[in-house]
Parts: sequence; structure tokens; C-alpha cells
Amino acid sequence: MSMNERDLLEDKHFEQVISDESICTKENIVYEKPETLLDVSMHYCPGCGHGVAHRILAEVIDELGIQQEVIGVAPVGCSVLAYNYLNIDMSEAAHGRASAVATGIKRVLPEKYVFSYQGDGDLAAIGTGETIHTCNRGENILIIFINNGIYGMTGGQMAPTTLPGMKSTTSPFGRDVATMGAPLKITELLAQLPGTYYVTRQSVHKPLNVRKAKKAIQKGFEYQKLNKGTCFVEIVSNCPSNWKMTPVESNKWLDENMLPFYPLGDIKVPKD
Amino acid sequence: MAKVKGDIIIDIEKCKGCELCIEACPQGSLETSRKVNNKGYLYIVKVEDTCTGCTNCALVCPEGGITVYRKTEKGKEQIAKISNVTKDMELKVN
Repeated sequence: MSMNERDLLEDKHFEQVISDESICTKENIVYEKPETLLDVSMHYCPGCGHGVAHRILAEVIDELGIQQEVIGVAPVGCSVLAYNYLNIDMSEAAHGRASAVATGIKRVLPEKYVFSYQGDGDLAAIGTGETIHTCNRGENILIIFINNGIYGMTGGQMAPTTLPGMKSTTSPFGRDVATMGAPLKITELLAQLPGTYYVTRQSVHKPLNVRKAKKAIQKGFEYQKLNKGTCFVEIVSNCPSNWKMTPVESNKWLDENMLPFYPLGDIKVPKD
Repeated sequence: MAKVKGDIIIDIEKCKGCELCIEACPQGSLETSRKVNNKGYLYIVKVEDTCTGCTNCALVCPEGGITVYRKTEKGKEQIAKISNVTKDMELKVN
């Protein structure tokens, strides 16, 4: 197809949208940006899973109608500016301490929905102690854990969740399990604790997985209302910039390498 | 059969050209444009008129920049069904 023909096709679509016969009217909308997600451009790299995670979180908040009653805690990491994109009350926490801050907020305001949104460097490395003890006490909060196997914001250093043999700036020859340790499966670890009520691992790299991850977050908020214990949703995500891949390649790599090591599905489900 | 027709509007200023929607579209109606937006990204455009409004592209869009529309056009309805005819019959349809 020549360049002119392509431009003509593009122009034709724009004309269709503004014409009277267009089906782009308010009553035909089947999917649009949730209201809780602010109408701004995000700072994330192209293809980053954080954007999808923010959007499904905002959709759940909209569908449950709890925009006025939800308080979020943002971590340190790529999603440090999450409060710029979500139109809800949010607080910032010191590195790794988001679950501890969320505990405090939930204890002072027990009728509110409280969630923390953390990355793998934040939750599994610097905040390991806070996370384990929060889950062990069974605080009624929802922890959303984005696992992309790397420190994204600081430039691609090795995280506890980096896969064996995976290259990063601090493991340039690949992660050597003998000297650097094996990847930390913190979700399985937390599932053993008596305080956790619902522990699951999802991903956002395909439309089906996005729908499943959304349902998991919705369950997390619903169980929180029943005061059942800590709900923990891990979302396996990509990091195209630090994995040095295009977004499409990174999702393929995630499917082939991350998911065999971090299998998707519910790890701890409520018995009743 | 009812015919389903869909359409999408992409917010080209939000688009960062990650091409995840192209990968997710089962109809192959999306392509990367050769023009850039204000940020300097080659944005995604709909070029083929085959959209069914399945929302896959909007689900994987990290920017939340795709709005999906769908309309179901009803086809010809079945007026009557005749079975087990043993005698001669005459039918008139106005």
C-alpha cells in the first residue's frame, strides 16, 4: 500500500467518525475510560502494565461506587505518582512502608476501603518485613503487588523477583542463583500466613487476563467490606524499557518466561 | 442474523504507539500511522472498517485512550415456521 493510499484510509476513518451515519454516539458506548481515572497522560513508558493496572483499579472503584470511601497508598517506584492519575484520596509512603501506612489508615478509619499499590522492589525487597507482618496480623487491607521482576524507576537493577539467568544492570551476566539467591515467590510465602484471606496472582498482558485481574481486585474490595483479613493481588507485569524490548516483545517474553515461574491463578481462596 | 458493527475512537494525543492494541485486535483493523502526535509518538489509527466492537484493544491499552462503540443491527426477522406439512397449503405474505 502506498503512502498516499494509507493517508487516505486514515482520513476516511476520521470522516466517518464525524459524519451523521457514524455509530459513535453516547448510547452505543460499550467501553470508555473510567471516571476515577483522571483525563491526563501518564508518565509511564509505552506499553507499561502500570497503566492497565491503574485503569482496572479505577473501573472497580467506579463499579462498586466507592470513590468517596476509598483511600490508597502509593509506593516509591514507577507508580510513585499514582495519585496524579486516580481521582481518590491517596497518601504517599516511605519506600517499602506502604502496607504499614495502610495499616495505620485502616485502623483510624475502619469504615473506609484502604489499599496499597506496590511494586516488586518496594514490597518484596525493601518492605519485606512490613509486608509479612501486615499479612500476619491480618489487617483488613487490599495489597496490589505489581511484579515485573526488575527495579524499573532506578534503571533496571536486579530485584528479588528477577528470574534466574535474567540480565539486569546489576546482574549483567544473568542472575546466578548460587551467589545472588533464587527469586523470591513472596505471594506463595504470604499465602501460608494465617492472616491472609484471599491471595491470587494475575497478569495484564492479554484481554482475558485483564478481565480476570479486574475480578480479583473486585473480590479484594468485597472481602475487605466483610472484614475477613488481608487480600493480596499480585499482577505479573512487563517492563519494556528495562527488559530492552518492544512492548509486544515484552508481553511475549512475559508469557514464555515469567508465567512458567510465576503461574497464574488463585493461591489461597476463602473456604466459605 | 443480527449484524454487529463496531467503531473506536483513539485519543491520539494520549497514544504512545506501543502497538499492544494492534496485537490484541482479532480483526486486524488497526495500524501504526505515519504521522506523529505532539509528544512525537507514531500513534495508532483504525484503517480497516472491520471493527466488531469487541473491546480487546481498549482492555490492553495502558493509557485508557480508546473508546469503543457497538451497534447491533437487527436482520430480517423470521415471520413463521411451518413444519410437518401433510396437505397442500397456500401462504400469502403482505
